[in-house]
Amino acid sequence: MAETPHTDLHSHAEHADHDHKPHGWRRWVFATNHKDIGTMYLVLSCVLFFVGGAFAMVIRAELFKPGLQIVDPGVFNSLTTMHGLVMIFGAIMPAWVGLANWMIPIQIGAPDMALPRLNNLSFWILPFAFTLLLSSWLVPGSAPAGGWTMYPPLTLQFGASFPMLIFAIHLMGISSILGAINVIVTIMNLRAPGMTLLRMPLFVWTWLITAFLLIAVMPVLAGAVTMMLTDHFFGTSFFNAAGGGDPVMFQHIFWFFGHPEVYIMILPAFGVVSEVIPAFSRKPLFGYEAMVYATASIAFLSFIVWAHHMFTVGLPLTALLFFMFSTMLIAVPTGVKVFNWTATMWRGSLSFEPPMLFAIAFLFLFTIGGFSGLMLALVPADFQYQDTYFVVAHFHYVLVSGAAFAIMAAVYYWLPKWVGRMYDMRLATWHFWLSAIFFNVLFFPQHFLGLAGMPRRIPDYAVQFADWNMVSSIGGFAFGLSQLLFPYIIWKCVRSGARVEGTRAWEGARGLEWELPSPAPYHSWTTPPSEALIARGAEH
Amino acid sequence: MYRARVGSRPGIWLSLAALLAAAGMAAPAIADESSQGGWGLLNLPVGVTSISKDVYSIHMMAFWVCVAIGILVFGVMIWSIIFHRHSRGAVADVTMVHNTKVEIIWTLVPVLILVGMAIPAAHGLMLINDDSHPQLEIKVTGFQWGWQYTYPGTGVSFISKLDTRSMAASDLDSGISAYSVPHYLRNVDHPMVVPVGTKVRLLITAVDVIHSWWVPDFGIKKDAIPGYINTAWFEVDADKPGIYRGQCAELCGRGHGYMPIVVEAVSEADFQAWLKREAAAEKAATGASSS
Repeated sequence: MAETPHTDLHSHAEHADHDHKPHGWRRWVFATNHKDIGTMYLVLSCVLFFVGGAFAMVIRAELFKPGLQIVDPGVFNSLTTMHGLVMIFGAIMPAWVGLANWMIPIQIGAPDMALPRLNNLSFWILPFAFTLLLSSWLVPGSAPAGGWTMYPPLTLQFGASFPMLIFAIHLMGISSILGAINVIVTIMNLRAPGMTLLRMPLFVWTWLITAFLLIAVMPVLAGAVTMMLTDHFFGTSFFNAAGGGDPVMFQHIFWFFGHPEVYIMILPAFGVVSEVIPAFSRKPLFGYEAMVYATASIAFLSFIVWAHHMFTVGLPLTALLFFMFSTMLIAVPTGVKVFNWTATMWRGSLSFEPPMLFAIAFLFLFTIGGFSGLMLALVPADFQYQDTYFVVAHFHYVLVSGAAFAIMAAVYYWLPKWVGRMYDMRLATWHFWLSAIFFNVLFFPQHFLGLAGMPRRIPDYAVQFADWNMVSSIGGFAFGLSQLLFPYIIWKCVRSGARVEGTRAWEGARGLEWELPSPAPYHSWTTPPSEALIARGAEH
Repeated sequence: MYRARVGSRPGIWLSLAALLAAAGMAAPAIADESSQGGWGLLNLPVGVTSISKDVYSIHMMAFWVCVAIGILVFGVMIWSIIFHRHSRGAVADVTMVHNTKVEIIWTLVPVLILVGMAIPAAHGLMLINDDSHPQLEIKVTGFQWGWQYTYPGTGVSFISKLDTRSMAASDLDSGISAYSVPHYLRNVDHPMVVPVGTKVRLLITAVDVIHSWWVPDFGIKKDAIPGYINTAWFEVDADKPGIYRGQCAELCGRGHGYMPIVVEAVSEADFQAWLKREAAAEKAATGASSS
């Protein structure tokens, strides 16, 4: 497409119709366009969100009342394992990569991701990885049932599903690393002139840091599961005590991956919330630089807190004290973030469109997850909380009302830009209230259950836990059902939403993506945006 | 351009509906099972050991600190949500982007709060960690799925598994109501017995996969790991003899949910009598099986 350099919007809009793109299946299978690949990631993530959600529905149905009614205990363990793996690696992570694909190039004034073919590969690995993982339900002995944490020796006891699990993890890891390389190269090399690091939107910043975390820890996970693979098939004894190995070493290696993994899922959420709250407060983000440094501090700390997942394995006193103090320290940068978001809303001019509603719910509920996280950091108290429903409640407050709500906020925020149409706000507001209310009905009672002594990962329980389990299950069914609204709202928007006029779908939205026409043209920023546009987007 | 207009009306109705549904659900359940005390089980037990009481006070301290911070932070957020609304004509103060003094304060104050929490936590941890000078040692071995308790030097060693009534009721579609079984899934055929007022040290290990020994009323949870011998200790208050229940807390396969722990805390005299009876019974049993 031969173009003369231009920076004004009209020429972009005119050219949008002339964008050539491949048609039919080739457009998707051979996709190199960041928007197409981003869309595929988001669609895959949505599908797997419902697959993982279906597993959760069976779990909650079994736990509706004491006694076993629906599934065998072995199947129950497979369900909790697969729910965790699918939600983490299939729903949350691909959603973030999809959003990164869509938004990073248009937010930094780049024409595409830096490595488009690599981008294609990193996406297309995933359908194969999940086909492999999900088909383990069909093999003798059924799906892996050792928990998503895959601790040996238990996980070594599973038959045909075991190598399928390991290779699926390898594939997901490769996909994540390729995606992360692409994000880093894009941000480092393709920023428009004038888009300095400290002018980048926070979503870009948080993703840059997330990408470094991914590259640092996905190989660690690959190493851990490979050692387990050789233990199983080639007679090594990395984790086998009888052969001189150490089962606890797996936990150290796993959580050296696992804790940064938690932040891989939540840092981009911080980025989204840092864009949505200012937009609907009609006010710049408070403490932009502090937000960047706080994100970097959290990322650094994530590497030195891993053993707080293992306080009960019998660590020496000095290790317990170190990991308790380092874990408590995370509250400081996290607190800075929450205070900054609160200060952004303070003396703003707030309106409550669906993205803002989800961002505010994030703010409240993620903070509650942070509180229970702080309690879990205290080793003596953790001895009581460890492996109970208190922990289950904690990480669902962080991952569902944290990561997943932020993804929904992001979709409701940027969807009008992607498709050039507005969704049904009334329905989206319903989606929000149903989600927010039933999320709490579902997970808040689990704090009580954990404190009262109910361990996690059990298919049946003593009768004193019956009441709150029933409440939790009812909340679970309602929460699950209300999520069906989400794809429906998106589908309806794509098909028949009202056209969005102009560049900005929201009055207070700032940033380069809102300088493009709606829908964003297939090829955007083929010439870099002007410094004036960049400066206007980066008012902070 | 889309303006702020979408109010919280569905929210109000939904909240009401959720409350009504919860109340409707709760009423018959409370009437049926008030004796089980399920609704009232909201917090950690205070427990019957110095450790559990210490843990409880650390837990409550952390809880109230979180409540206080929560009231403050959520209060500010709610204030903004109510009073700084676009629909009320609020005008954004766009100059408010950064304030070094405030930012230093809200970095340092949390540090001080954390130090205040870390001190009692570290102190409690050192107390829990000090397993020196036990008056009684018991070896606890986890296996798929049950526990073995060995009292070294006494000839007493036995296996403790889920009781048969729970086992029968716990089958898929057993047709037996869980409510009809006393202490469903929390009862064993052969409980561990300890004397009250005695410092008991547990040596905890496992033979197959990782398990975790947990009795909430004692405030201790420790993983049972093949190849490791972990230690934990407790001393049941002299005035608190009784039966204390817990269960395995680390996923260990199909039977993970069916691995209860029952500890009977008795007086020193009763303990010695039990030990003698138990040793004699086990001797007779092995003699009988070998003849």
